Amino acid sequence: MSRIPGVKTRRNAELGLLGFAMVLVAIYGATVEANQLDSISPSFWVPAALLSVLFFCLHLVVRFTAPYADPVLIPAVALINGLGVGFLRRLDIARALARDEPVPGIFAGTGGRQLAWTLASLILAAVLLVVVRDHKSVSRYAYTLGLIGIVLVMIPAVLPSSISEVNGAKLWIRIGSFSIQPGEFAKLALVSFFAYYLVRKREVLSLASRRFLGVDFPRGRDLGPVVTVWLLSLLVLVFEKDLGTALLYFGLFVVTLYVATERASWLIIGLLLFFGGVYLAYVLGASVGGPFANFYDRAEVWLDPFDSDQYERIGGSYQLVQSLLGLGTGGLFGTGPGAGSPLLVPEVRTDFIFAGMGEEIGLFGLTTLLVVYLLIVERGLRAAIGVRDSFGKLVAGGLAFTLGLQVFVIVGGISGLIPLTGQTTPFLSAGGSSLMANWLLIAMLLRISDAARRPASGGPAERSAGPKQPPAQLHGAMTEVIKP
Amino acid sequence: MPEFVLTVARFGFLVLLWIFVFTVVGVIRRDLFAGTRSKSLVAAPRGVGGAVMPGRPAKAKRGKAARQLVVTAGQLAGTRITLGEAHITIGRAEDSTLVITDDYASARHARLVPRDGQWFVEDLGSTNGTYLDRGKVSGPTPVPLGVPIRIGRTSLELRP
Repeated sequence: MSRIPGVKTRRNAELGLLGFAMVLVAIYGATVEANQLDSISPSFWVPAALLSVLFFCLHLVVRFTAPYADPVLIPAVALINGLGVGFLRRLDIARALARDEPVPGIFAGTGGRQLAWTLASLILAAVLLVVVRDHKSVSRYAYTLGLIGIVLVMIPAVLPSSISEVNGAKLWIRIGSFSIQPGEFAKLALVSFFAYYLVRKREVLSLASRRFLGVDFPRGRDLGPVVTVWLLSLLVLVFEKDLGTALLYFGLFVVTLYVATERASWLIIGLLLFFGGVYLAYVLGASVGGPFANFYDRAEVWLDPFDSDQYERIGGSYQLVQSLLGLGTGGLFGTGPGAGSPLLVPEVRTDFIFAGMGEEIGLFGLTTLLVVYLLIVERGLRAAIGVRDSFGKLVAGGLAFTLGLQVFVIVGGISGLIPLTGQTTPFLSAGGSSLMANWLLIAMLLRISDAARRPASGGPAERSAGPKQPPAQLHGAMTEVIKP
Repeated sequence: MPEFVLTVARFGFLVLLWIFVFTVVGVIRRDLFAGTRSKSLVAAPRGVGGAVMPGRPAKAKRGKAARQLVVTAGQLAGTRITLGEAHITIGRAEDSTLVITDDYASARHARLVPRDGQWFVEDLGSTNGTYLDRGKVSGPTPVPLGVPIRIGRTSLELRP
């Protein structure tokens, strides 16, 4: 794809940052081995080198298909992904040492599988960048995507618990040792659908009827969509027994609605509905039990994790307490990579990976990870501001917000700020579904940021025409008007 | 492994993590200012457009050349378009450079055309008209920097 001279693409900055991130991953791997094995094996650099090759390939794809894309997204995500692989390998080594087994190879165990998942995710991201050359084309399939999203959300709810339930939350499809979490992919489809729907309906939804406490509230009959999504989220909470997922879908809709209409009243209505629904679920869980019992248990654990009854109970607060103790042991600077004991925390590979890493890199290190997440979200929102069409704005804003909300839900959960829910930490947790879905999300953000930062031009033919081009000629190349 | 090496690795890794964060912030910061000013730090004096962009006929009489089109009001407020050589179409049609979803905008509402370093706004037979500051645009009209072009609820400005 030809570039316009004088406008920087910043691809070299991206490559430089990527190299820096991979050096950090290699240093992390070396420190882990030094702490755990008391020596650094000659092949410590292999995972970092493999990841470098993978990310470099994605960088090349971006160079050719989205040359003006944001330079920060790939290196920032690559750092988190690489540290995730390193930490999972560190857990594999710890488990082997505890059992007096030989140190597992680089491709063995969870760390090796995560490497393979990274490969698959990057291929998917590259395919999305190559196939979707213009993010606006996605809006043509908005209703199909919406349907796919709802089906993906509902599949685990209707499947029998033996297939779909893991640790009390029905979010999975498990076939043998293979399992996927369809909800992760549903996020992407739903964002596209919500964006398309709200671009078309926002004129109506931003009509105000009465002012109350200085805020314009919408008309009663316009509450339909938000109440529908609220009911669907409550159904997710009841049948899939997971607060985080319900919060994610509902928050996504409310924020996209807010971005589309610029009315703060939607945020107020959304928050009131959400807290009302959660409180209702809590009260029902205490009195009726049944489908609400899981959420009630989680809330009780959150309210008083150090209560001895809660701690002793199976499925009680043991996990959360271990997580908090781990974070406390880490303190400000951590015990050093490889020097902690993260295996004490159940599910440290997936939900609690942030607690496991926190013990070893401390608050000082965890803050960098959080800042890197923040920068990724900021770049997404920046792309949303910069892009020139409403659909792209809402999709980019929605995707960036989803990522931020997901990090908030899981980090809030493991640190005891909100009741714990079974969300994965994006790019860090072991698991293919989460990694693939989030890399697809990043690919979409790259695509939109490319459109946002690309200098104005009609098309490649016009660029070469030069300044002397007669202005009488209208867009000759593209005359198709997409009006579904 | 001596204790000293482990301690250096432990703190060195944390310091490097922070250096990475600040490098990323630095890239974002440079990115923020890219395009808003010319490559030289000191702005060229008024009328010396040729010094900033060599090879282009310096016929622009109104000082600095416009480099950005900024949306200042309306649903797309905040959007910036870096100006190239090509003209910019504005309207509801989805192949417009700037797609405005506004009840008062036509499918092909207006366009901005560069001619010898000066941008001209031209109405494309829209229903509700295009306004440059207060006056209705009837033919190709030169657009000075910082003067709002109004289309429906949207306002646009050229910036250096």
